[in-house]
Amino acid sequence: MSDAIIAVLVERRGAHVAQPTLEALTLARTLGRPVAVWLGEEPPAAAVEELAAYGADEVRFAVVGDALRLPAAAAAALEAATADATVLVIVSNFTNKEIATRLAIATGAGMVVDAAGAEWVEGRLETIQTVFAATWNVRTRVNAERAIVGVRPNTTQAVLAEAPGAGTLVAVDVEVPASRETIVSVEPQAPADGVPLSEASVVVSGGRGTRGDYALVRELAGILGGAVGASRDATDEGWIGHEHMVGQTGTTVTPALYVACGISGAVHHRGGMQASGTIVAVNIDPEAPIFEIADFGVVGDLNDVLPQAIERLREHKAS
Amino acid sequence: MRIVVTVKFVPDLQSTRSFTEGYVTRTADDGTMNELDENAVEAALQIRELLPEGECEITAVTVGGPDAVAAVRKALQLGVDHAVHVSDEAIAGSDVFGTATVLAAAIRKIGEDAPVDLVITGMAALDGLTSMLPTALAQYLDLPQLTLASTLSVADGAATIERHLDDAHVTVSAPLPALVAVTDEANKPRYPNFKLIMAARSKPVTTYALADVGVDPASVGAMAARTSVVDASPRPPRENRVIVTDTGEGGRALADFLIERGLA
Repeated sequence: MSDAIIAVLVERRGAHVAQPTLEALTLARTLGRPVAVWLGEEPPAAAVEELAAYGADEVRFAVVGDALRLPAAAAAALEAATADATVLVIVSNFTNKEIATRLAIATGAGMVVDAAGAEWVEGRLETIQTVFAATWNVRTRVNAERAIVGVRPNTTQAVLAEAPGAGTLVAVDVEVPASRETIVSVEPQAPADGVPLSEASVVVSGGRGTRGDYALVRELAGILGGAVGASRDATDEGWIGHEHMVGQTGTTVTPALYVACGISGAVHHRGGMQASGTIVAVNIDPEAPIFEIADFGVVGDLNDVLPQAIERLREHKAS
Repeated sequence: MRIVVTVKFVPDLQSTRSFTEGYVTRTADDGTMNELDENAVEAALQIRELLPEGECEITAVTVGGPDAVAAVRKALQLGVDHAVHVSDEAIAGSDVFGTATVLAAAIRKIGEDAPVDLVITGMAALDGLTSMLPTALAQYLDLPQLTLASTLSVADGAATIERHLDDAHVTVSAPLPALVAVTDEANKPRYPNFKLIMAARSKPVTTYALADVGVDPASVGAMAARTSVVDASPRPPRENRVIVTDTGEGGRALADFLIERGLA
């Protein structure tokens, strides 16, 4: 199946390519011939070059305009750009899942989301994912001729292609369908710490134990180059915005490192972070369930533990 | 105004969840209505409360085996007016497209008496968490799609929602009939009170088989599923875990662990 076209929907940050796209391209290279799909105006040369460096043979772009915010319009553009693709890889997030679900219905493709990997087995695509708050591993086979796979950020390590792809720029014509939905307004939101929580390779979260003071959590996140997360307790208290909530109903994260500070580890929270690479916990309560899933835990007051850890990490960085 | 709310029967989050022969184990003992569907029910109830008595009717609908009736019973306890349960052996093993096909057919059937103005769903089910169903349902019913709604208002024959995305807050509006999927930010679900719980006991649940809603059994179920689970196993616990008690060196130990692992 190595000549199969594997389309990768590019996750954009304005004119830049987001890191999970490079991970998706790395995975796509193992499945066939990667083709990157950029929804929007012609991508800048730097972005095309980067996509090619990670193996994109072609970079297809489709101009959709403001309607790109509507799943039906975005799906129509994606359909036009991926008509010859056997597999479409998307970054698993809410908006991409909406777009891809429409595409799956239009094309009859089988769809798996939140996957941590994919491979060909006897001519069928199989994916691996974790379910039930990451307490089970599941392998799923796509029975349909075409497959759509949503991959979680940080589950494949992005690696440059041994030989870059051609990165041939191709414009795709799209007829955007008439829509009944109207976009009334768009209020841009500045990302809090640069990297969205769901894509961060390091997440430092604070819960009830912070008593609402996130200074130490932010400082530790800063020194580790990570994003700041929170438990539902903390967002319910109004200590920090809902967009920081890690959990089954908030953001699901799978960073290489997750540091839980003053978080007991209720099932709700664990469901959103249990598949993380390395889990570190600081909690005053030795019975806190978070310790059951922590690779390294400190039973203690985070107001003692975090300042010392931060100081030591600073020394290490300086040395 | 007629509103249909979709609800799902899922294993309780606090219970031990598992797979049996490739399918999620679902039994009444540890099953419940999907928590995120409480937000969908609440959204419907709040719309009804804004309208004069008797001018809004809410029907909860679920698809699933015999135990799944517990999900619509819960919706009745919360205050919806009617309950529909689509149950048929042929549905077992359906993927999200099969489930959405059956739900869409049931909603069309409910619409035969009088048109449905609004279909409200939760943002995801806490078992699979794929959040694909609302989009699929909108497409099968050919309704405007207002999903990931952190706010919802219905006025002058249109629904308006706010979507809180990573890069922007987007306000979208569509004329009714429409499908809305609400997030857990949209409202704070109420608890059922004693009076409603008692009243719910005597409320009937309408049960449909696939033939009643006009769905070909071959188009749903395990045989029609575009994906199937080929292997499921519990994840092994993490190995070599280290828990230390802070006696003055805890922070340093934490930092050293990160440095040794190459994480700092």
